[in-house]
Amino acid sequence: MFEKTGVATREMVMTKFPPIERINRGPVAVVECYQKIPCNPCQTACPVGAIAIGDDINNIPVRDEEKCGGCGVCVAKCPGLSIMIVDGSKSDETVEFRIPYEFLPLPEAGEMVTGLDRAGKPICRAKVIRVMNPAAFDRTPVITLEVAREYLYDFRNFKREV
Amino acid sequence: MKEVELLIIGSGPAGLCAAVSAAESGAKVLVLERTFKPGGQLIKQTHMFFGSESQYASHRGVDIAGILLDKVKEYGDRIEIMLNCTAVGFYEDNVVTVLRDEKEYFKIKAKSIICATGAYEKSLAFPNNDLPGIYGAGAVQTLMNVYGIRPGNRVLMVGAGNIGVIVSYQLMQAGIEVAAVLDAAPRIGAYLVHASKLARMGVPILTSHTVKEAIGTDCLEAAIVCEVDDKFRPIPGTEKRYDVDVMCISVGLSPLNELLAMRGVEMKYVGQLSGYVPMRTENCETSIPGIFVAGDASGIEEASSAMAEGYLAGLCAAASLGHVPEDFEQRRREYLKQLDGLRSGPVGDRIRAGMAISKL
Ligand SMILES: Cc1cc2nc3c(=O)[nH]c(=O)nc-3n(C[C@H](O)[C@H](O)[C@H](O)COP(=O)(O)OP(=O)(O)OC[C@H]3O[C@@H](n4cnc5c(N)ncnc54)[C@H](O)[C@@H]3O)c2cc1C
Ligand code: SF4
Ligand code: SF4
Repeated sequence: MFEKTGVATREMVMTKFPPIERINRGPVAVVECYQKIPCNPCQTACPVGAIAIGDDINNIPVRDEEKCGGCGVCVAKCPGLSIMIVDGSKSDETVEFRIPYEFLPLPEAGEMVTGLDRAGKPICRAKVIRVMNPAAFDRTPVITLEVAREYLYDFRNFKREV
Repeated sequence: MKEVELLIIGSGPAGLCAAVSAAESGAKVLVLERTFKPGGQLIKQTHMFFGSESQYASHRGVDIAGILLDKVKEYGDRIEIMLNCTAVGFYEDNVVTVLRDEKEYFKIKAKSIICATGAYEKSLAFPNNDLPGIYGAGAVQTLMNVYGIRPGNRVLMVGAGNIGVIVSYQLMQAGIEVAAVLDAAPRIGAYLVHASKLARMGVPILTSHTVKEAIGTDCLEAAIVCEVDDKFRPIPGTEKRYDVDVMCISVGLSPLNELLAMRGVEMKYVGQLSGYVPMRTENCETSIPGIFVAGDASGIEEASSAMAEGYLAGLCAAASLGHVPEDFEQRRREYLKQLDGLRSGPVGDRIRAGMAISKL
């Protein structure tokens, strides 16, 4: 399925999420990289060595959820835009996502946007909390959004409503 | 007639790295480039590249071109780049004929030559495939990212390899709608992380689909697509119409190396490397001593491997001219190790098989 559509199945997605207890403790990276390709900037970028690829650059990255502090440095560095940060520590009703977004014009903090799933299907509304676009991110802005908890495993993208 | 020590044809990542590597060893280098800008494919790549740090992974292609050109500048006294100069002939006495600005014609004689001419886009046969509005995906990318020209309003992308999905993503970034990406193969050929980027923007990726015909009088107005079975035969009754004003064909590249064939180096058709390629040693030297090949011209791969091959070919070409640095063997091994690493995974299977067949 995934190899025909580019849309990962729920089972595949679940293998990349840490346990809910870890998500509720604070921000952590979800690295949705499923295929062996010659690539390793995520490993190189992580300041605390939480992503391991090893000697063979083709290996699939493995994120250590205990080492990862959810700093988000790897998000803008991944050429596959396959990494996002999830944070369930803010409230019981919502989760915060930090996702890469390379489209102009950028949304603004406070704006309501339409949340999309992995197939680009609208699933919910989401609130933009923060827009980060420092020089160090090299034109891959990272957007923080607040999303209802029930969409934790479905939310993956958004589109502006204006 | 201009005489040079080392002539490099093409200023893509392979040609530029070859120039830097040879100049570092002490060789005097002339690089010919047929377009108005050095950098090859890199100058239109606005996305971040894969690979490892030594190939500038996670930098955007266009910025990698900038990094390589800065390195070229460091050896400004030893590297000259001539733009708008197309090599059009390559003769037994190592004379290369050059057409400048499509009007001036002259000759260059070189002691050693590296062919780093890259690749050309394959086309696809279907009724009306010559309607205006039907482009190669690379051509659309050049129009959009080099010249800032909007190719149209609604695009059908034919081919779900890396180029097809990356150009689709860049079209969306430019505010152009991508109706669908289709591919006759049953699986997406692109790296799946790239495909997923498109999927989550709602662009359908239709595998086992092909174009049946294009419709339009003066220009493209619509495309009829259909499903194919496991033998790539169209399945009747599955036709769908897409109203689009642009169709991008992205069904693969072929190595561009007719100059080497003209010079008489031993060539072989190697399907895994996407076409005719020169037979060569592990040092990128062809069957004629002193003539080297690097990058997509030697088989379709990636910029990361084109750079490593460029460095290797530059090092070995300079050595063949007597410029042998003290750390020659160490550097040679390092580039070979980088290439091995890049080709070691499952996506490298095809390349490794092709390399084995084309090895002298
Ligand atoms: C859309 C797209 C996305 C890509 N993404 C990636 C990626 O993410 N990572 C990656 O590693 N690679 C990527 N690549 C592949 C990469 O760009 C190529 O593999 C690489 O550029 C090959 O380098 P090269 O130097 O061999 O050839 P090229 O870059 O094609 O350079 C060849 C140069 O030679 C010149 N030339 C040709 N013939 C002549 C002649 N007769 N006389 C004078 N000059 C001549 C051409 O004008 C050109 O400038 C991508 C390619 C495309 C099209
Ligand atoms: S979020 Fe920070 S700590 Fe976690 S893997 Fe990414 S770079 Fe490392
Ligand atoms: S940088 Fe991104 S695409 Fe590359 S290996 Fe890491 S997660 Fe995968």
